[in-house]
Amino acid sequence: MALTGIQIYKLLPQTNCKECGFPTCLAFAMKLAAKQVELSACPYVTPEAKTQLAESAAPPIRLVTLKSDGYEVKAGNEVVLFRHDKTFYNKPGLFIRLFDNQPIDAIKEVVTEASTYAVNYVGMDLTVDGFVVASTAGDPNAFTTAVQAVRAASKRPVILMTRDANVARAGLKALQGETPLIYGADATNWEAFADLAKEAKTSLGVVAGSLAEMADLTEKIKTKGVEDLVIDPGGRDLGSGLALGTTIRRLAIKKNFRALGFPMITFPGDVGDPGLEALHAAQAITKYAGFIVMDHFSPASIYPLLVLRQNIYTDPQKPIQVQPGIYEINAPKPESPVLVTTNFSITYFSVANEVEGSGLPAWLLVTDAEGMSVLTAWAAGKFDAERIAKAVKGFNVADKVSRKRIVLPGHVAVLSGELEGELPDWEIRVGPREAVDLPAFMKQAL
Amino acid sequence: MPVDIPKDNWPGTVRTVTIGATAADGGTRTSTVTVGGEKNLPFLHFESKAPNRPVIAIEIKDHRPEDWSTLLLDAWGEAVNYPVQWAKAAEAAGADLIELSLSLNDLNGNPTSPEAAVKTVKDVLANTGLPLLVFGPGQAEADNNLLVAIAEATKGEKIVLGIAEDKNYRTIIATAMANGHLVNARSPMDVNLAKQLNILISDMGMPLDRVLMDPTTGALGYGIEYGFSAMERLRQAALQGDAMTQLPMLVTPGFEAWKTKEAKVNTGVPDGWGDWLERSINWETLTAMTLIEAGADIVVLRHAESVRRVKTAITDLMAAAYTLA
Repeated sequence: MALTGIQIYKLLPQTNCKECGFPTCLAFAMKLAAKQVELSACPYVTPEAKTQLAESAAPPIRLVTLKSDGYEVKAGNEVVLFRHDKTFYNKPGLFIRLFDNQPIDAIKEVVTEASTYAVNYVGMDLTVDGFVVASTAGDPNAFTTAVQAVRAASKRPVILMTRDANVARAGLKALQGETPLIYGADATNWEAFADLAKEAKTSLGVVAGSLAEMADLTEKIKTKGVEDLVIDPGGRDLGSGLALGTTIRRLAIKKNFRALGFPMITFPGDVGDPGLEALHAAQAITKYAGFIVMDHFSPASIYPLLVLRQNIYTDPQKPIQVQPGIYEINAPKPESPVLVTTNFSITYFSVANEVEGSGLPAWLLVTDAEGMSVLTAWAAGKFDAERIAKAVKGFNVADKVSRKRIVLPGHVAVLSGELEGELPDWEIRVGPREAVDLPAFMKQAL
Repeated sequence: MPVDIPKDNWPGTVRTVTIGATAADGGTRTSTVTVGGEKNLPFLHFESKAPNRPVIAIEIKDHRPEDWSTLLLDAWGEAVNYPVQWAKAAEAAGADLIELSLSLNDLNGNPTSPEAAVKTVKDVLANTGLPLLVFGPGQAEADNNLLVAIAEATKGEKIVLGIAEDKNYRTIIATAMANGHLVNARSPMDVNLAKQLNILISDMGMPLDRVLMDPTTGALGYGIEYGFSAMERLRQAALQGDAMTQLPMLVTPGFEAWKTKEAKVNTGVPDGWGDWLERSINWETLTAMTLIEAGADIVVLRHAESVRRVKTAITDLMAAAYTLA
């Protein structure tokens, strides 16, 4: 938890020397609390105070980054329990697990398919983040071969899964120059794993059967100088997974409990049934996982999971926007009407879905209204005749149609006069207020 | 290292609502469904075990729906032509409740008549023992017309009548009050609008233990984050003691998910969408699961396989066989 201005003031020299540029130490402390100045502006602060202040400034959940050539996956650094309180920042990494007893060709096939997989959602390409290689028999050679196979098929970050530090060490050789995650350390092997993580500069997964045991382990590992930890507190069923995830997040955010202030790794794949695996992964997305390990790669479940992750991790204060532009619905022809709306995703989807469902062809002109719905944007001056005319011209709508006919949302009927002024050679029509009435309007009035 | 488990201690409790009436209570149901009663956020049993599990309603129609995905029509087969058969199939598929959605028009294109709607409802009641929800076609006049007749003809069954919205709640509430039924109060993904409608309904004298609130949701990819956050905030308001938000929540992920392009269409879609049926079921189950995590007490679903999966997940969430520290 961040210190208040008063708490910081108590750590300062309290001499009011003004060398920091502020009239008093208290004023400087207030600025520090608001993170508007750096502590280094004070020449007289003691080393002890520095340590304490640095600790309080550290994020409650450590940011852990896995890196490979050209890719990066970040987890942690979250500051709230509920997205409506601020936002969730680092989307949990979605990883696909391979086992080193699978045929090499099978591994390569899955990894190639998953690694090149990209699905477009509201103008963004969503992808899988990386791969887990799991040792099945503790054989360093088999493990290394599997890691090499993954690396040959994809450059995305890798998690090495074995409880034997020697096996992990062998796998690491295939990942030179990268920052993978090795998983993992437990109560019996932690020293060897901590040494290896320190030496290879990797992140380290920690496995424990209870939160108390986990807290002990992370503290011990930290004394070895390894701090980029990822924790697996167990809990493979949905009920205990939720309880553990919630408790760990609460301890970090509300109590600043450092021993558990790390991203959590979950294993929905352990449930076996692919349909339930997707549900376990969905819970992991909403309730606090940092890394999610799946055993099945199937576009039919990965696509909805990637979309869910995108949805939950949007900033609640900033609506999802679609790319402004001219969208074709039901293969429009030059004589089809031009419907206009804003680029707020829900507005766009409502309009596009209704028109699509009607089977009637139309051009849908999506204007840049800074992600606001029709009425809100109009009230905020982000959806007016000038902006609509600019979109009509900017997206060369006139070149696509033979009949220059544009339909305004009914809520902004008031704009039609002005728009006639902006677009003198266009026929301006006023459509219905609600998207649901569009099909009837298009059938009867256009 | 000892870990002190943080526990929330909320002052408020969600109301308990019972749907359906057995013969002992003046109805004909063989079982009833009770939801609500939560004293904390969903499934955190280490604080307080929720008295009731979230339940699943399966949506059926009064006749073959023209606008449903063919995947659903195929899955239910012949039953989609016969509401009674469909209701029985839904019961067999594991539904806790049946949600009957009335169509605006009959198969000949004429407006659905109150007589026909009453007959359908009575037939369904006569052939299944599950509690029933009946939703009108969603147009104010038609809803009032049909729901009043149904409410009167099924007095005492404790049916949930829907959908009561801000522009169309008075008639439905009045008939629910007069005939011993419940209502589903729907508002558009906003904490204050939900609360306001509950206040209006309460002001009419409707006992709040006969009201469910439906904060609406978008499907996955189509605004689910708004529904999710509205529900998380509503549940927190309820637990903080705001009486006008202390109602169990009903949402319709089946309706929302199955109207998306992902579930409806399989031609000309990107390869990255994967197998149509599996994708559609995931669309429905992930939408439902996400809202259950946010506090949904009743989810209305459409596909039997989705029901199986979501039910398994709920059972798993309700189990409390773990220790935290």
